[in-house]
Amino acid sequence: MKILVGLKRVVDYTVRVQVKPDGSGVAIDGAKMSVNPFDEIALEEALRLREAGKASEVVVVSIGVAACMQQIDTGLAMGANRGILVKTEGAIQPLTAARVFAKLCAKEQPDLVILGKQAIDDDANQTAQMLAALLDQPQATFASKVEVDGNVARVTREVDAGLETLEVDLPAVLSVDLRLNTPRFIKLPDIMKAKSKPRETIELASLGIESGDHLATTQHAPPPKRQKGVIVKDVPELIAALKAKGLL
Amino acid sequence: MKYTAPQTDMRFVLFDVFEATALYAALPGGEQHGRELIEAILEEGAKFCEQVLAPTNAIGDSEGCHYDQASQSVTTPKAFREAYDRFVEGGWTGLCGDPAYGGQGMPESVGYVFKEMIESANVAWGTYPLLSAGAVDALTHHGEQWQREVFIPRILSGDWTGTMCLTEPHCGSDLGLLRTRAEPTADGSYRISGTKIFITAGDHDLSKNIVHLVLARLPDAPAGTRGISMFIVPKYQVARDGSVGERNPVAAGSIEHKMGLKGSATCVMNFDGAEGFMIGQPNRGLAAMFTMMNTARLGVGVQGLGLIEVSHQNALAYAKDRLQMRSLSGPKRPDKPADPIIVHPDVRRMLMTQKACAEAGRALCIYSALQVDLVSRHPDASVRQRADELLSFLTPISKAMLTELAIECTSHGVQILGGHGYIHEWGLEQFLRDARITSIYEGTTQIQALDLLGRKIMGQQAVGLRHFLGEIGSFCTAQAANAVIAPWVTSVARHAQDWEVLTREIGTRAAQNAEEIGAAAVDYLFYSGYVSFAYLLAREAEAVTRASYTGTAEFRDAKLATVGFYFDRLLPRTLTHAAGVRAGAASLTTAVEAALV
Repeated sequence: MKILVGLKRVVDYTVRVQVKPDGSGVAIDGAKMSVNPFDEIALEEALRLREAGKASEVVVVSIGVAACMQQIDTGLAMGANRGILVKTEGAIQPLTAARVFAKLCAKEQPDLVILGKQAIDDDANQTAQMLAALLDQPQATFASKVEVDGNVARVTREVDAGLETLEVDLPAVLSVDLRLNTPRFIKLPDIMKAKSKPRETIELASLGIESGDHLATTQHAPPPKRQKGVIVKDVPELIAALKAKGLL
Repeated sequence: MKYTAPQTDMRFVLFDVFEATALYAALPGGEQHGRELIEAILEEGAKFCEQVLAPTNAIGDSEGCHYDQASQSVTTPKAFREAYDRFVEGGWTGLCGDPAYGGQGMPESVGYVFKEMIESANVAWGTYPLLSAGAVDALTHHGEQWQREVFIPRILSGDWTGTMCLTEPHCGSDLGLLRTRAEPTADGSYRISGTKIFITAGDHDLSKNIVHLVLARLPDAPAGTRGISMFIVPKYQVARDGSVGERNPVAAGSIEHKMGLKGSATCVMNFDGAEGFMIGQPNRGLAAMFTMMNTARLGVGVQGLGLIEVSHQNALAYAKDRLQMRSLSGPKRPDKPADPIIVHPDVRRMLMTQKACAEAGRALCIYSALQVDLVSRHPDASVRQRADELLSFLTPISKAMLTELAIECTSHGVQILGGHGYIHEWGLEQFLRDARITSIYEGTTQIQALDLLGRKIMGQQAVGLRHFLGEIGSFCTAQAANAVIAPWVTSVARHAQDWEVLTREIGTRAAQNAEEIGAAAVDYLFYSGYVSFAYLLAREAEAVTRASYTGTAEFRDAKLATVGFYFDRLLPRTLTHAAGVRAGAASLTTAVEAALV
């Protein structure tokens, strides 16, 4: 069984991103970049399936600028067998990413695609769902537990009402939630070994896909500053104050 | 206590200020040590230190080490053992080791950056791997083939750890007084007998075997330091084919109860005819031990650095959070009942002192560690020699400056927290207690100062200083037209000139009175340290103002603010130290006889 895992290059979660003064975007020049934490969990799950003998190969994919090879390196050091970088200078929105994965699935024929449920930069939470639709395959999103048994995956999902368990036939697309697992610490010798693992670079255009914007961004603005609070005397005053603000 | 490895500054110093990748490329095999690989390694190393090691720091301090009389053995805090197992599993023990013996062959300078993270996260735990590195160095340079093949791979894998056994009850700084005996046997091994004290990691439960490097005298050895040889004495006997045998008669007699560093076992070690093998030549043991001691001295400087950094991080977080009183220029946070104490200028002075010392200290450690790489791997003998001269000149400065400043800066950490700083649970007082030993062991500040002034300056015609001043001169000339950093460059140039003058003045006076060296040494060392810091910080300022700078604006602004603070508030300490040097020996010798009765 082959598993494809997506690794998105995002600003590290420890960086405090600031909006540019002219509202044209956010200032991330020189900021530390990392693998999207949800994607690390996706890869960890794929590696555990391989270590349990359920899968034979784990392939990591990143889409974006040449520097995304660093995230592929991280994935290979964690234990993936090989890496694919789909290279483009353009913006990658969820539909583009889903189309890229659909093309790669046609070529690689994976039994499972495991993606993070969202990326911490745009929080879109769309790629896995779009990919399942494009492939016309079953999907199980927000996974907090994954069991693979033959041609079936049993996936526990975190939903508003609690936990829901789905059985999906393979091939299928999964998206993973934070509580699925804790990604491993990478061992020093594995970082060194990753350098000699196979990796390929494919130009986005060669897949017949354009990176075109499906969404238009009109403006960036920081959240409004918190206003100074007022102390109210009693509940009626609180009710009145909330009504005055149009909140009740 | 919280710790986040300052990776941005570490990468900046290594790659932008000192352009380490270009330096590595000149070393055999160094072209593989690219920036991305090293960054990936440091990132994983940081995860280990932040998430696995840092949480064990307070536990180790409370739990301490325990000695069992019946088995004459030492147990470390339980959390230490788990952290050590994960350290070994992660392959970190072999980071800079020779690939021929199972190491990963990374440059020493990368190892020093990782070491800083370890010392910040848990300095007591860090003493266990620290001495292993020294043992590998001594074996590499002075060991026989079989000794290297049997011992080095097992130390690099973390299965075995090392110690350094020098001190005896009557013999600390003066090793000439050493009494431990080594009797030759028919099979070429030796029987070692004697008592060693203050042996860090002398016994513990982290590794399967402990390899002691012991200084002892042969039966016919001359008195003094010229009669000392070095021996390798394992806790469990090791044969020449590498097989491990019986327990060797070397055991811990007790452990010390100390002010700090409680998780680190400081042992009295009794050798009762223990089997050992000579390393290097008879009666040349001190020279072999100096290889270890130089590694260990730089390492202790890094302990100081790590403690400054972690104390700063915790004090800064508290100063931003703690609300007390209003700013003198009017409320800064009117929405709160009081302003955070970081608004007060003197709180900022303490925080900035910590920050400037950490950043300048990091630059000095990495600069020195790059010299270690050149000394051990550069193909050109003249480059190796220059680096070695520079390194042996900088080692005492680095060790003494960083450890003395660690005591000052961790004390600021306590002060910034006020009463809470004095309370155990906040963790700041532990940093101060742990820091206090660093200016004592591996040669006190006083020994470092005598090494610098007596041996490295007077004894070697100041060759290291001349290399360093030459480099400072070239930098100042090259940057003379750089308007952004001009005042700092001018100041560095002026101090460098005065450094040379001061050195000559001491030389002249020492020719009349040998006591002048001892009286001037510590002030001279500090003077040297503050000027070195100024030069390194000016280079950092230059690196953030270059057109090719790729970091963030926030980092650049913070760096320039820190450099500015250093030149305004810390560099002037040179005035006091220069005055101390120029005051001459009388006020510490003849003139105070009457006062010290």
